[in-house]
Amino acid sequence: MLMHDLSSSVPNPLAGLKAKRLGRELAAAIGLSALAALGFAGDLRSGSFIATAQAQTTGRIVAAGGIVTEVLYALGLQDKIVGVDTTSQWPPEAQKEKKSVGYVRALSAEGVLSLKPSQIIAVEGAGPPDALALLKESGTPITMIPEALTPEAVVAKIAAIGKAAGAAEPAQQLAATVKTRFDELDRLRTGLPKQKRVLFVLSLQNGRTMVGGRNSTADAIIALAGGINAASAVEGFKPMTDEAIITAAPDVVLMMRFSSAHNATPDELFVMPAFSQTPAAKQKSLIRMDGLYLLGFGPRTPNAARDLMAELYPEAKVTQLSAAK
Amino acid sequence: MTLAVKQTPIASAAALAVLTAGHRRKSIIAVSALVGFCLLLMLLSLGAGAFAIAPGRVADILFAKLGFGPADLLDSREALVVLNIRMPRLLLGALVGAALAISGALMQGLFRNPLADPGLVGVSAGAGLAAAATIVLGDRFFLSAFAMKLPFAMLPFGAFFGGLVSTLALYLIATRQGRTSVATMLLAGVALGALAGSLTGLLAFISDDRQLRDLTFWSLGSLGGASWTKLSVVAPIVLPLLFAVPLLVRGLNALMLGEAEAYHLGVPVQRIKALAILLVALAVGASVASAGVIGFVGIVVPHLIRLSIGPDHRLLLPLSAVGGAALLVGADIVARLVVVPAELPIGIVTAFIGAPFFLWLLLRRGRIAEL
Repeated sequence: MLMHDLSSSVPNPLAGLKAKRLGRELAAAIGLSALAALGFAGDLRSGSFIATAQAQTTGRIVAAGGIVTEVLYALGLQDKIVGVDTTSQWPPEAQKEKKSVGYVRALSAEGVLSLKPSQIIAVEGAGPPDALALLKESGTPITMIPEALTPEAVVAKIAAIGKAAGAAEPAQQLAATVKTRFDELDRLRTGLPKQKRVLFVLSLQNGRTMVGGRNSTADAIIALAGGINAASAVEGFKPMTDEAIITAAPDVVLMMRFSSAHNATPDELFVMPAFSQTPAAKQKSLIRMDGLYLLGFGPRTPNAARDLMAELYPEAKVTQLSAAK
Repeated sequence: MTLAVKQTPIASAAALAVLTAGHRRKSIIAVSALVGFCLLLMLLSLGAGAFAIAPGRVADILFAKLGFGPADLLDSREALVVLNIRMPRLLLGALVGAALAISGALMQGLFRNPLADPGLVGVSAGAGLAAAATIVLGDRFFLSAFAMKLPFAMLPFGAFFGGLVSTLALYLIATRQGRTSVATMLLAGVALGALAGSLTGLLAFISDDRQLRDLTFWSLGSLGGASWTKLSVVAPIVLPLLFAVPLLVRGLNALMLGEAEAYHLGVPVQRIKALAILLVALAVGASVASAGVIGFVGIVVPHLIRLSIGPDHRLLLPLSAVGGAALLVGADIVARLVVVPAELPIGIVTAFIGAPFFLWLLLRRGRIAEL
């Protein structure tokens, strides 16, 4: 009871709820041990306890993977979501409104089941496999959404997520819109002047430059925006030496915009030995974009690619779609 | 590394172990308290979790499983949670905790070094390297029919095999003319550990973000993957260690006097060493393979037990097993309740308890030498 009293005096109602819930868990567990220890469990078996079980629930989706959450929100199905994973960063309210089931590759079977989902929609690579096996065993339908970085794959993903959520029709419409924007992007790309070499810099820790090489999301978005990845000699996100950066000769440096104040300004960046010798340093051309928007590979991707294109080739007069961010 | 070979006069009185009446009463209290505490934690573990189930209902399900209740109860989601998620998880936790703690106690006795733990014989380093290799290179090289069918079995199999191979290598390095030098083994263990660590770092370097995430989570340990299948594979490998305890007790007590002294007392020192190392390698290898790397259990638990009941292996070994089981089952309850419906890697919880304790232990090293 102490736990209960404490919780009611906590000003934050959420904290109170948590404490109350913990109290209930503990009470349940202690109760169980007492019951089992005393051997009274058999007598209590009849009646009320059993009736509480299997209320069949519908429209309770657990979304495991950022793109799943993003598409469900875009389709206006957010009320059906009961849980999201930690990679579900867009829209930002998802993390606030929904229960977190943890990192997409480290899900807890019991945790997911505790949300009583009627449907789990997960990106390929969600796991661990043991947890997925247990979830399948529980009879909960699981839809896996394949991962890929091509426009066709993004369109297909949107359709597949919508279909799994029981909103095939609106999802087709969204997919069609996204496809139109990708097609438009294709047309815009053909009209570009000389392609620019773009170096995506993920981080600058202790003077060590982490870049986005080939087969990375950064590589894919640079290609969509009509640029050439200057770091294509590297595979994935890897540290690159100063000399290699000079050799890569990027015309533009692309970075993520962080919310913290630790952003390197163009002045700071281009005095670094590695960057001072690049063509990008002459124009101080540094582009910053929101990381999720840029690398998310969801419905917003054609817009992100178009925004990047507009910044890369100001002379091409590509209209930005920033309103759609 | 002076502590590696330092022969402390580890309470020779206790080595000859004559239990006085007072000593015995104290021990009985300690034993019953610890066993009771462990049982309580186990019941708690069955009753508590993200999925809310009334305690009475958990009992119903258990009774139904034993044949004393309506069988249709067993088809419910609640039954699945209790019987196929919590139960194997509880048993795996207890088994792994007992194995790690007993291995720690064995290693400390064998190396006559208070800081020894299963990691020292290379099991963890080897298992860690093999697991990293499976995670990072698995997609590229091991796509055989076997791996395609059993992708979930690759990692534990690799880890177990890696642990075993590195332990064997270490044992061979340290054994000359049928005699195993614990000092060489300890030093070679450090070297092999560093080598495995550097290779693991290399694998981390060539891995992509996803593999890196897997690697990180694996190295923090989790009981989340527990299933009856996994348990049925792990238990037969771990249980021999627990059952072999009576065989090792006398030898380990004699070893406290020193290796030569034990030998002259008629203890088959070499055989005890070989048996203990083999059993530890098997049990820890299986533990690491099934639950990832869970730190500090092997070092913390035996010291706690030693501080409360003394260094006599007759009690130290079995009580370490109970204590290890209790620590892991308890840590797992915390791991799956604090961030529901997600869960923390259990290594975070055990290390959170273990690391400060370990520091405290280091600060009191004078006291340890007395033990």
